Amino acid sequence: MSDRELLYNYTLHLADNSMILGQRCSEWCAHGPILEQDIAITNIALDLIGEARSLYQFASEMRGEGHTEDSVAFLRDVLDYKNALLVEQPNTDWAYTIARQFFYDVYHFNLHLALANSSEKRISEIALKTIKETTYHLKWSSEWMIRLGDGTDISKSKMQDAVNHLWEYTGELFQASDIEKMAFEKGFGADLSAIAPLWHSKVKEVLDEATIAIPQSAYQQKGGKTGLHSEHLGYILADMQFLQRAYPGAEW
Amino acid sequence: MSNKEWPIWEVFIRAKQGLNHKHVGSLHAADVQMAIENARDVYTRRMEGISIWVVESKHIHASEPSDQEALFEPANDKIYRHPTFYILPEELNHM
Amino acid sequence: MEINLEEVFQQKIDNEIKIEPRDWMPEKYRKTLLRQISQHAHSEIVGMLPEGNWITRAPNLRRKVALIAKVQDEAGHGLYLYSAAETLGMSRDEMLSELHSGKAKYSSIFNYPTVTWADMGAIGWLVDGAAIMNQVPLCRASYGPYARAMVRVCKEESFHQRQGYEIMLTLCTKGNPAQKAMAQDALNRWWWPSIMMFGPNDEHSPNSAQSMKWKIKRISNDELRQKFIDVTVPQADILGLTIPDKDLKWNEERGHYDFGTIDWEEFNQVVAGNGPCNKQRLKARVDAWNNGEWVRDAATAYAEKRAKREAGKTEAA
Ligand SMILES: [Fe+2]
Ligand SMILES: [Fe+2]
Repeated sequence: MSDRELLYNYTLHLADNSMILGQRCSEWCAHGPILEQDIAITNIALDLIGEARSLYQFASEMRGEGHTEDSVAFLRDVLDYKNALLVEQPNTDWAYTIARQFFYDVYHFNLHLALANSSEKRISEIALKTIKETTYHLKWSSEWMIRLGDGTDISKSKMQDAVNHLWEYTGELFQASDIEKMAFEKGFGADLSAIAPLWHSKVKEVLDEATIAIPQSAYQQKGGKTGLHSEHLGYILADMQFLQRAYPGAEW
Repeated sequence: MSNKEWPIWEVFIRAKQGLNHKHVGSLHAADVQMAIENARDVYTRRMEGISIWVVESKHIHASEPSDQEALFEPANDKIYRHPTFYILPEELNHM
Repeated sequence: MEINLEEVFQQKIDNEIKIEPRDWMPEKYRKTLLRQISQHAHSEIVGMLPEGNWITRAPNLRRKVALIAKVQDEAGHGLYLYSAAETLGMSRDEMLSELHSGKAKYSSIFNYPTVTWADMGAIGWLVDGAAIMNQVPLCRASYGPYARAMVRVCKEESFHQRQGYEIMLTLCTKGNPAQKAMAQDALNRWWWPSIMMFGPNDEHSPNSAQSMKWKIKRISNDELRQKFIDVTVPQADILGLTIPDKDLKWNEERGHYDFGTIDWEEFNQVVAGNGPCNKQRLKARVDAWNNGEWVRDAATAYAEKRAKREAGKTEAA
């Protein structure tokens, strides 16, 4: 893989994570638990999709040949999507949505702190903007983790259930794929092994305050980052790509 | 339990450095952090502010409309509080 | 000397002095306003559904973020309006329970389905267009909190219609024949419901006179409808689309477009709950509310626990 190809693939991986989570968050729009929070999670969706767009634009420039942010986002199938399994998990309920968001936010925040020093200028520029947005997301999701964990008996059991269920998708965030390994070696990626302990300590801090137990199960799912996805992603892409597929080459 | 609505908060926004915080509206929130965050999400999506105050509506005390005359009309005839009350020579220009 | 409160009140209104929450107001004024503002708020949030429907399917990323931001704005509009209504002494929860039980009404337009992407264009162009026509005069409504909410709403609305029209324009000027047909089909379906948004003809609008006197309505239904048609016809021409009304033609003498008769029977059916999506829309709102109940309760419980803990801390200190 050439350096350029590597950077292209790495950029797609970063973009796909935020794109798919943004798409998930946007499903809440008009269905939130209260108007104020409907607006809040929709803001997060917009931040994530905005970040994904910057990255897709960068990727499409690298690819050239008339590619655009849209051709890169809408014309790849499941096997070519490089997002982690965590972000494609369904919304299920507010507890799952918050837990998924929180796990991702802690990762996302620390990842972009590292990427701010990326040797690739475009990546570091995007990282600097993303850090600001993610600081807020992390604050928001941490507070909700605590509210639900330490709220009522019902909310506590729903939150514990969500954490237990989603836990097996968190390990993949730190298992570097070949692309991530090489990206780090080349200087434009991040060292995931350095982020993992930061993630664990922040997650422990918040779960402790939320009175939520950290799951003991050791098994971790993997595969999303190399294109081996859960069944969920196919449906997400079916929705997302429908018009581009049904009317090839059309302008909208 | 479920009949308990989140309290109402009044939101005040400073549009830019140097201006007063101005009342912009209200919202519901369960606690003060949430109130500030909700205010950010609801009232500053178009860069309308750089600083937020929130106060739970129940802590706002208002004057009675029926006291309006007693409270505010006595200020009406105190024209000597206004600079134009003082007649000064034209040559003085700006004072 | 006996002061007639009602006369003083009307004088204030006649002199364009705003009424504020703690001012004296006739009970009927309060009730009428409460109904009008809460219905308006309900329309904003039910109105999120037909468009929210297409967020995950938006055809490109630029359209996707614009649509998300637009639907999110409608949530904000609902919120501002509920806040204004709350100053009249009814809680948001009470208003919502009236919506959920079917007692309260919302704009009928949102009971029509959004079946193609072109519907996002038609809604932004026509529905938001009609809403703006209705709402601009309300920025001068006599009730302060309502007028202020409407000022904020109108400011945000301005991008909604442009967003919708741009979708139509792209379909019509850059689209392939299938996309153009999609645009025409959307106009065909949304045209009549949109012009019904202005409500019954003036002679069948019994509360209008009182509302005009109270300045919580400034311009009559028929006048607004005419205004809307007059500005919209040339916009359809630019798109190269045909408005589905064979009686539509310019009347030189009146200086307005003449238009065909509105099928009020259909309108009444939709208001009565028999529109294509009435049940679906209401269910979506009720589900969102019911599924959110444990979330809202948890936040309340946590806030109480925390307040107690903090009180304990200060006592101990
Ligand atoms: Fe609106
Ligand atoms: Fe709108």
